[in-house]
Amino acid sequence: MSMTLEQSEQRKAWGFVAPALAWTLAFFVVPFLFMVAMSLWSRQSGAIVRAWNLDNYLAFFEKAALFKGLVNSLEITLIVTVLSVVLAYPLAWIIAERVPKRFQRMALIMAVLPFWTSYVVRSYSWLLVLSKNGVVNQTLMTVGLVGEPLELASNRTATVIGFTHFFVMLLTLTIYANLIQLSPNYRRAAADLGANAFETFWHVIVPLTLPGIMTGAFLTFVLCIGDYVTPQILGGNNELVLPQIIMLQLGRRADFPMAAALSIILMLAVTLAYVLCARWLKIERA
Amino acid sequence: MSVKPEGNVMTSSMKGAFARRFLASAAATSIAAGSFFPVATPAFAQEELNALVWCDHTDPALIEPFEKANDVKVNLKDYEGTGAALSILEQSQPGDWDVLVIDGVDVQRAVGLDLLAEIPADALPTADIFPEVRMEANNTKDGKTYAVTEKFGYNTISYDKTKVDPKDMQDLTMIWSDKYKGRIALYDYYLPMIGLVGLGLGKKTAELSDADMPAITEKLSAMKKVSKQVSDVVSSQTALATGEVDILVGGGEWITAALSGEKPNLDWTVPDQGAVRWAQSIGVMKASKKQDLALKFVQYIVSPEGQARLATSSCYWAMPANTKAGDHLTDAQKTALRWNDQAEYLKKTQLYPIPSAELDQKMQDAWTDMMQQ
Repeated sequence: MSMTLEQSEQRKAWGFVAPALAWTLAFFVVPFLFMVAMSLWSRQSGAIVRAWNLDNYLAFFEKAALFKGLVNSLEITLIVTVLSVVLAYPLAWIIAERVPKRFQRMALIMAVLPFWTSYVVRSYSWLLVLSKNGVVNQTLMTVGLVGEPLELASNRTATVIGFTHFFVMLLTLTIYANLIQLSPNYRRAAADLGANAFETFWHVIVPLTLPGIMTGAFLTFVLCIGDYVTPQILGGNNELVLPQIIMLQLGRRADFPMAAALSIILMLAVTLAYVLCARWLKIERA
Repeated sequence: MSVKPEGNVMTSSMKGAFARRFLASAAATSIAAGSFFPVATPAFAQEELNALVWCDHTDPALIEPFEKANDVKVNLKDYEGTGAALSILEQSQPGDWDVLVIDGVDVQRAVGLDLLAEIPADALPTADIFPEVRMEANNTKDGKTYAVTEKFGYNTISYDKTKVDPKDMQDLTMIWSDKYKGRIALYDYYLPMIGLVGLGLGKKTAELSDADMPAITEKLSAMKKVSKQVSDVVSSQTALATGEVDILVGGGEWITAALSGEKPNLDWTVPDQGAVRWAQSIGVMKASKKQDLALKFVQYIVSPEGQARLATSSCYWAMPANTKAGDHLTDAQKTALRWNDQAEYLKKTQLYPIPSAELDQKMQDAWTDMMQQ
């Protein structure tokens, strides 16, 4: 019996999708299921015991230091995300609206130039900038604004500065991409209807660029909450975020079950953020 | 010890240190078994030897003489933390690895997992090794030798002698006093640090138990209150060298020895109460298909020539275990290593704690609690 056109199309479609599906299954679904299984095992007397239990998840809620890791991660991530949006939006707007077309590409390159530096080197550079004898303190003391060096490094402020520097670049790109797609007719229509510049910006431009903001904010959230390097270098270990606690489980004790449980919890936090963003943007209707 | 610092002068070495640290972190994170970082090798090497090592073994100045002498290519992968090493081994095929460098306190862990081969006692220069670091209890089991100590040093007090009173550094209780509040960095590795706190409380590291944990936890909390940061090797070294802090608790010759030329203001000492001693061991993998060649490599590393090169490796400097290595070190190198003070230091120091898995968990929890305060 000959194949119908619809069947043939379906087969073709599966052929196109199959490699990506196989890749996702092999390198995400299967490892993820293994990680879930691992999180339900435990490490006892130096060996991994493959008996199902919720001990690792219970320990997360019982041990204040572990739970605080998630709280710290969420707090820092939210602060960084909000700060990055607040700083990136004006930058993207200036590049899209105020910089002449022929210079926009150059302006964007300048904005994302720090991306080209190694992430680790950039974090250590911030440490040198913010340290007691760093550029900021030396400048403040030279001009007489402070008598003693400020404590700018090895704390949450330093971590937030390091993160924000990185993510402002990312958000600038996503917001700029959104801004340049807006037709000038929106502004003209708003003006015709009597809106002033601020009202046009607030009631027309901002809502229309929300997808760009939210896409960038979500990426910032995901990358920031999972990052281990910046808090390790700039935070001075004066508080731990969850990825640092995960690394601590592995370094000496190789406690993979606990590390897996903490990783699942981290993934749940990211999933929750995605659900919140997706609902707000009504992505499901797209 | 999990990882040691750079051994070159500060300014020039730091970028390299950062890069290596990044590679080490990436390696620990991905635990990608089998991805070697080969060092320079002879063009027509016949055989290959795979060694899972600490970063000091990746110095070509150490490896190349062995490769040339034996016409062999040595593939080296450095790792951070015994946990990472065991994970790599678990994910490898038997026979993938020929040589293992491991924390001296974890040799029995590897022996318990049946990872190490017995080494004939007469194949090692045991008589030449400093008696205090032969560590038979660690390197042997049931009278059989499974590893040999190759290098050692101290987790003690490093400081800037132009900014603190060196006399204060002789008292270990300084680490939780207010005198240097905000000027102290704590080395971020709980085993030696808890060992140091134990010594400050008058406890022997080998005798630390559950019963000591409340007092240790209290002192850890006090230490955190007076410290500026808790940091890894590179960050600690940077903080001390740039003047961000004046004291590094848990530091030692491996932090300051190689900086002695460029940063003569940095010094280290062993306090009156003593300090914690670390040691690294080397052994042949039981599943290795090249037992003879692997043993030859171990013998080279513990030979006087190999020991001198290992002691002054580009990654970090520390004392060689073989007393005869002194014949191959310059006077300046010996001075930086405090060669002539070793008898006194060895007498005053104790190997860092080797807790049971349960006590280890409690120590790690106490350390995590401290950092979250």
